[in-house]
Amino acid sequence: MLSKQLERKHSLTIRWLHWVNFPLLAMMIWSGMLIYWANPVYSVWIGTYQVLKFFPQWFNEGLGIPFRLAEGLQLHFFFMWLFLVNGLIYVVYTIVSGEWRAILPVPGSLKRALRVALHDARILKAKPPQGKYNDAQRLAYSSVILIGAASVLTGLAIYKPLQLSWLTSLFGGYQWARWLHFWLTIGFVGFFSIHVFQVLLAGWSNFRSMITGTELVEAEAAQTEVKA
Amino acid sequence: MSEVREPQETFARSEANTADILRERRILSEPLTADEARRKMSAMSRRNFLIGGAAAVFGVLGWKWMSEETKTALLRRALEFNERVAQTFYKPSRLAPEFVRDAITTPRVNGDAGMQGDFDPESWRLSVGGLSGRSDDLTLTIDEIKALPRTDMIVEFKCIEGWSMIAHFAGVRFSDFAAKYEPEGRPRYVSMATPNNGYYVGWDVESIMHPQTLLCYEMNGMPLTVAHGAPLRLASPTKYGIKQIKRIGRIEFTDHRPRDYWAENGYDWYAGL
Repeated sequence: MLSKQLERKHSLTIRWLHWVNFPLLAMMIWSGMLIYWANPVYSVWIGTYQVLKFFPQWFNEGLGIPFRLAEGLQLHFFFMWLFLVNGLIYVVYTIVSGEWRAILPVPGSLKRALRVALHDARILKAKPPQGKYNDAQRLAYSSVILIGAASVLTGLAIYKPLQLSWLTSLFGGYQWARWLHFWLTIGFVGFFSIHVFQVLLAGWSNFRSMITGTELVEAEAAQTEVKA
Repeated sequence: MSEVREPQETFARSEANTADILRERRILSEPLTADEARRKMSAMSRRNFLIGGAAAVFGVLGWKWMSEETKTALLRRALEFNERVAQTFYKPSRLAPEFVRDAITTPRVNGDAGMQGDFDPESWRLSVGGLSGRSDDLTLTIDEIKALPRTDMIVEFKCIEGWSMIAHFAGVRFSDFAAKYEPEGRPRYVSMATPNNGYYVGWDVESIMHPQTLLCYEMNGMPLTVAHGAPLRLASPTKYGIKQIKRIGRIEFTDHRPRDYWAENGYDWYAGL
């Protein structure tokens, strides 16, 4: 019985870009932490109570972060090129290949994304219809591209605040650009944590598709567009 | 093997589907038998996991096995590449924003390299080398420097550590100084050092001739304090504080890339903003 089909989920280009981005982002965050250590001024407050300090001493010392500013700057200003190029190729490829259709949200996406969340929380039984990704994923995958772009721009504003003073001013000045750059990084970390959690929930077949590009699906004669 | 997808989920059919709105397409193979499909998947998995695993191992081991010297050299070359990119886009007409007096923040003192030991500002003299028409150093007093046109600026001083402060600097534009005391030829660099040579910086000529690079003798309306580099320091929003040497003892125009204290300690030689 012809009950199965192989579905092409991720092109070879996307898979390489995705996996190459992982160590690059990790290096950017790690070197960023080495740099941030030299002027660690951000924390989260509720009223006058400090909820979270970036970063506690035990954290810095546990990871061996202190007194590595020069090394952090060297790494940051080397890997920034690779991170930028990888990100640019991804954006151009996504536009040209038409794969933007799978990740872009539309005006109704927010509503459907909320329903996805309620469905995942087992509050709603019905799940909004979706393509390769649901609307919550569309929002997440689009946002993380924007976080990347904003990280590059705030990074440039900190890197060349005189030559690009118009950009630095756009972010409200040098220290605000630095503040934004920091919180965008936290945004990356937040995305990464949820992403890994969801991948664990989704299971092996989904994970494997980011390596092989292909996922095994039940044949659905009615809506099939045979291509391969 | 759990290669079978969960049964059809309940979809809220009444709702619009973003995938349809954007005309997203699926790419599906011909229908296959379960065995055939599994065989194809296995072959694909083997190949791709091998390639991916090899790439990951290659990358990690490559980075781990790279000697410290190679890594240092690679990163140093990246900094120098960045310097060339920055110089390509550099425009002397771009100015750092200037602030109003109310924006001035509490000044911060950071670092005293090259400033240890006894120092008598009264007997201080500035030596200048590489000047046109002479092979020895010219010696200048602070009054001779103060006799040159004065420039004031309220700009943001940025430390490479990440903090910044807004201060009012007053002094002589380096370009005005170099117009009066002309260098021999067209030197590419300027080297500066403290009187005891304990701290030294190198500047590219474009940044030192920037209209906001000052030989500074006054800060926030007061003569420079010893901690801030009395009697003469460099002040410029074109570079990080590590380049804005305090207590200048000697200035030299040169064609050789000068030594630089923090560049010798792993930092970017250019350090341009």
